[in-house]
Amino acid sequence: MTADEQAADQAARGESERVDVTLTVNGETRSLAIDPRTSLLDLLREHLALTGAKKGCDHGQCGACTVHLDGRRIVSCLMPAVQTDGRAVKTIEALASPNGELHPMQRAFIDHDALQCGYCTPGQIMAAVACVDEGHAGSTEEIREYMSGNICRCGAYVGVVSAIQDAAAKMRRT
Amino acid sequence: MQTFSYTRAETVEDAVRSVAGAGPRTCFIAGGTTLYDLMKLNLETPNKIVDITGLRDLNHIDAGGHSELVFGALARMSDVAAHPQIADEYPAISESLWRAASQQLRNVATLGGNLLQRTRCVYFRGGEPFACNKRDPGSGCAAQQGNDRGHALLGGSSSCVAVYPGDLAVALVAFDAKIDVLGVTGERTIAVEALHREPGTSPNVETTLKSGELILRVRVPKTTMGRASTYHKIRDRESYAFALASAAVALDMDGDTVRDARIAIGGLATRPWRARAAEQVLAGKTLSQRTARQAGDAALHEAKPGRNNSFRIELGARTVADALMIARQRA
Ligand SMILES: Cc1cc2nc3c(=O)[nH]c(=O)nc-3n(C[C@H](O)[C@H](O)[C@H](O)COP(=O)(O)OP(=O)(O)OC[C@H]3O[C@@H](n4cnc5c(N)ncnc54)[C@H](O)[C@@H]3O)c2cc1C
Ligand code: SF4
Ligand code: FES
Ligand code: FES
Repeated sequence: MTADEQAADQAARGESERVDVTLTVNGETRSLAIDPRTSLLDLLREHLALTGAKKGCDHGQCGACTVHLDGRRIVSCLMPAVQTDGRAVKTIEALASPNGELHPMQRAFIDHDALQCGYCTPGQIMAAVACVDEGHAGSTEEIREYMSGNICRCGAYVGVVSAIQDAAAKMRRT
Repeated sequence: MQTFSYTRAETVEDAVRSVAGAGPRTCFIAGGTTLYDLMKLNLETPNKIVDITGLRDLNHIDAGGHSELVFGALARMSDVAAHPQIADEYPAISESLWRAASQQLRNVATLGGNLLQRTRCVYFRGGEPFACNKRDPGSGCAAQQGNDRGHALLGGSSSCVAVYPGDLAVALVAFDAKIDVLGVTGERTIAVEALHREPGTSPNVETTLKSGELILRVRVPKTTMGRASTYHKIRDRESYAFALASAAVALDMDGDTVRDARIAIGGLATRPWRARAAEQVLAGKTLSQRTARQAGDAALHEAKPGRNNSFRIELGARTVADALMIARQRA
């Protein structure tokens, strides 16, 4: 079969041509051959067993799947994994120090009761770390605006805002 | 989701060649936050996708030129919003970006893709069970028999009343911005105001772009009116929602008198809507609460309400009036 015939044959069977991607996930280089339909979120959860990032809506509307891509926060459900070739992803799993010491933001979420069920929390924390790094945690209003992409069904918003204010002060000191 | 093949364009010419003439099921992908979202809903079913995000020469943000601001089509919403000179000299443009979507989306979404985002009409997005002339030409319009609370008051037709949901294009229309596009026969320039079509009898045709035309850049003529501008956006919640009504306004003031005003409205029409009648109401007048409100009324003068959205006539008029008073403070 020619390459075109092979592609047509795969398509007829409901399969896509695999695409090779090599990316860095939490500091480790990973190479995979993936269906181009795969989202970064599914790549992390289904292929790499990193289940920290959560699937809430799968349409960019809730923020539960927030991770960092080349140091910037994104929603991984709307990122086709093929577009992360050659790029670096960081997930909640790599936020604490290797010795287990929590990141100041993780510590603050516990101290401020910034969660109930916890489903939105990995996304909230990854977004919150970026919010501080971007310089968008200057006031309550600014935190609320720049954290609006993370929905919490349990309504832990008040705790989230105070956790970020607390952690921001510590992150700026380190 | 449909299966598709995926390729990366190396040059702009390469990108155009791969898409033009390849049929309607071949398309560009930039940030993917519209396209991939709609693919998950099976509303976009491309069989070939050409990734343009590797085209490095389309990433630039150039505010330093004499006569215009130039944004590459792949400039990210978050980067343009945060550009200090844009935030300072063209607050309406910066606000139209940071008041849209979320920071996570803005870090990925591009200006070119933003202009071409598709409607959020729930009957369009809801798929199969609903009649929708945009999705399935000739099937009808479920919105006009259903809940049209969020639908357009301006520019609609009996075929479709879907709102153009983007914010940036509204600000760009107020500033007479243009885009340069590249097609197989070369480059041409289109006013942003001439990019989006009203639905008429063919709501499935949304823009004046030809197949395979690639947006290269957005150009905004420089104006001192930029500083006295705002993008005022009213939503069901304070942040992270599409506009129920919005207004991009810019003013040129001589003391309390309006020398020139630019007014465009969003969230209310089937395309970004320049409100020239409202601009004329203000020209040469003293700007006050009263004249601002008159301009707001003029902007909505031709509004045709449906079943559930007539409250947005008053809301739209007030949004324009409030935007004018905010811009006034900056003059
Ligand atoms: C939850 C959510 C909330 C949102 N809220 C808002 C909001 O409040 N306000 C707002 O304005 N937007 C909002 N958006 C829309 C968002 O801003 C757009 O999805 C985004 O800007 C699209 O850019 P992209 O680069 O991801 O485009 P893509 O999805 O990659 O592309 C969109 C379309 O444009 C075409 N295209 C892309 N680039 C080019 C180019 N250079 N030349 C020719 N064709 C091109 C693609 O083929 C595709 O058809 C929201 C989106 C989501 C998911
Ligand atoms: S308003 Fe337009 S997009 Fe919405 S259901 Fe009617 S035809 Fe479809
Ligand atoms: S799962 Fe990605 S934003 Fe909701
Ligand atoms: S803690 Fe339950 S959704 Fe946020």
